[in-house]
Amino acid sequence: MIPTIPQPRAVRLAYNAYIVLFFLYLALPLAVVAVFAFNDSQFPSLPWEGFTWDWFFGTERPKIGVFHERPILRSIGTSAFIAVVVSLLSVAVGTSNAFLFNRFQFRFRGFLYVLMLLPLVVPGIVLGISILVFSSRLANGLEDGTGLELEMLRPGIVLIILGQFSFITTIATLVISARLQRFDITLEEAAMNLGAGRITAVATITLPYLGPALIGAFVVAFLMSFENFNTTLMLVGSDAPLTITMFDRLKEGSTPLLNAVSLLLMLVSSLLALVMIMVQRK
Amino acid sequence: MRTELRLGFFLLLTPLVLWLSLLIIIPHIDMFLVSLRERIGVGKYQLSLANYLTFLEEPLYLWTFLRTALMSIMATLITLVIAFPVSFYIAKMVKGRLQAVLFLLCLVPFWVSELVRTFGWMILLRETGVISNFLQWAGLVSGPVEMLYNDVAIMIGLVYTSMLFMVVPLVTTLESLDDAVIEAGYDLGGSGPSILREIIIPHAMPGIVSGSIVVFMLSLGNYLTPRILGGKDSLWFTELIYSQFIVRFNWELGAAFGFMLLILSSVIVWGMLRLTGQTLEKTMG
Repeated sequence: MIPTIPQPRAVRLAYNAYIVLFFLYLALPLAVVAVFAFNDSQFPSLPWEGFTWDWFFGTERPKIGVFHERPILRSIGTSAFIAVVVSLLSVAVGTSNAFLFNRFQFRFRGFLYVLMLLPLVVPGIVLGISILVFSSRLANGLEDGTGLELEMLRPGIVLIILGQFSFITTIATLVISARLQRFDITLEEAAMNLGAGRITAVATITLPYLGPALIGAFVVAFLMSFENFNTTLMLVGSDAPLTITMFDRLKEGSTPLLNAVSLLLMLVSSLLALVMIMVQRK
Repeated sequence: MRTELRLGFFLLLTPLVLWLSLLIIIPHIDMFLVSLRERIGVGKYQLSLANYLTFLEEPLYLWTFLRTALMSIMATLITLVIAFPVSFYIAKMVKGRLQAVLFLLCLVPFWVSELVRTFGWMILLRETGVISNFLQWAGLVSGPVEMLYNDVAIMIGLVYTSMLFMVVPLVTTLESLDDAVIEAGYDLGGSGPSILREIIIPHAMPGIVSGSIVVFMLSLGNYLTPRILGGKDSLWFTELIYSQFIVRFNWELGAAFGFMLLILSSVIVWGMLRLTGQTLEKTMG
C-alpha cells in the first residue's frame, strides 16, 4: 500500500477520502468553539444571531467580554504564574536528571530510570490525591507537634505546583536526554584538553548545544501545566487556575464567553507551537 | 579529580532522589496507609481492610470500576483502529513538505486544552447543538435530538482526546520501516492483508504498545470528558474518587479507590508489555 505499489483507483480514492474525513473530525470541535465566540446570543449554540465582538470587549451585563471579566483574568494570571514556576523547576531538575543518566554508570541506574518514568503511567488524579494526603498529614503533624500552621501544605498554589511538577519533570527529562544523547562528548574533552575546567566546559559547550531542547522542554512544560486538569482538580484551593474556573462555569451552563477564552487559548498555544518549531529547526 | 566527579554525581543525584521520594514514592505509600485505616471514633483509627471490603461489597462501586476499565480498553482499541491508517498515510504515502504539514495538523488540536476540545464536542452534540440542527435541516429527524449524556458521547470524547498519543508513536515507528521490505513482500507474492499482518504490524509493535499504554492511561484517569459529555451520572471511576475526597470527605475510602485505580492501570500496562515482549524503558524512554 505504498506509492510504488500500484493499487486499484477505488482503493486509493477511498483511502484519501478517509484521510480527509479524519482531518475534518480533528478540526470540527475546535472550529465550532471558535465560530461561536462571535455569536450575538446568550448561548454558544444555534441559531446564529449575528456577528459580535462583545464576548471579547463587551463591558455591560449580560455580555461582559473576556478582557473585562475579572475572575477569568485573575485565573489566567494564576495559571501563568503556576506554569512558569513549574516549567523552570522541571527544566532544572530535568537537565540534572539527563546528565545523571547520560554521564554516570552506577548501581540501581536502571531501577532509578524506571522509577523516573513511573509518573507517566500513574493516573493524574491519583498523583493529586496522594500528594494531598501526604501534605495534609505533614501539616497536621506539624500543627500537633509544634503548633505551627503551615498554610502552604494545604490545597492551593504551592501544592498545585508540586503536583504538576511531579510528572512534568519526567517529560522534561526525556526531552532533554534525547538531545544530550546525540551530543559528541569529545567536544567537551577537547575543551578540557585546552585547559577548561569541567564546569566551564559544560557551561560553554554542552549547555548551548542543549539550548533548543531546554527551550522545547520549557514550552512543553508550560503548556502541560497551563492545561493540566486532573492533578490540579484535587489540589486546588481558593485561587483557581483557568482550567478549573472554566470547568466550574461549564457545569453551570456555558456562555460564549467561554468560547472567547478558548479561542484566545488556541491562538496563544499555536503561537507557542510556532515558536517551538522555529527553535527546533535551528 | 575523582572526588570532584563523586561530588558532581551526588549533586545530580540529589534532585532526582528528592523528587521521586517526596512527591511520588512516600505520598503513594501514605495514600496506601490511609486506605488501610478505619475510623472508629473522633480522630481514632484502626488498621483494617474495611475500605476495600466496602469497595467489593457495594455493587455500584465494583460496577463503575469494571465499566471504566472496559470502556477505556474499548476507547484504546477504537483509537488504534482509527489512527493506524492515518499514521501509515503520513509515514509512508506522502513525503516531504506535505508529510510535515499533515503531521503538524495532527498535533495542532492537542496544543489546546482538553477542556476546550470537550467544550467543542458539547456544542456539537447537545440538543440545541450543531449536529442536531443539521439533522433537522436535512430532514432526517423531526425534532431536536439530545446526543450528550450517554456512553457514545463519552467514547467520542475519549477517542478524540487521545488521538495524538496514538498517532505520534505510530508515525515514528512506521517511518523507520523501509519501503523495500514492503516491496519485497509483494515480490514474494504477498497480498495486502498478509503484508499488513506479517510485516507492517510486527514492525509497528513498539509504537502500537506505547500508544496504547498512553491512551489507556489517559482514558482511565480521565475525569473531565466523562463528567462533561456523560453528565453527572456517567459512572466513571475517577468521579467516585473525586466525590469521596472532595464532596463526602471520606479520605479513607477515596484513598482505597485511588489505590484500586493505580493497581488496575499497573496490571493492564504490565500485561500489555508482557504480552508483546516490550519494556517500559523501550516504549516510554
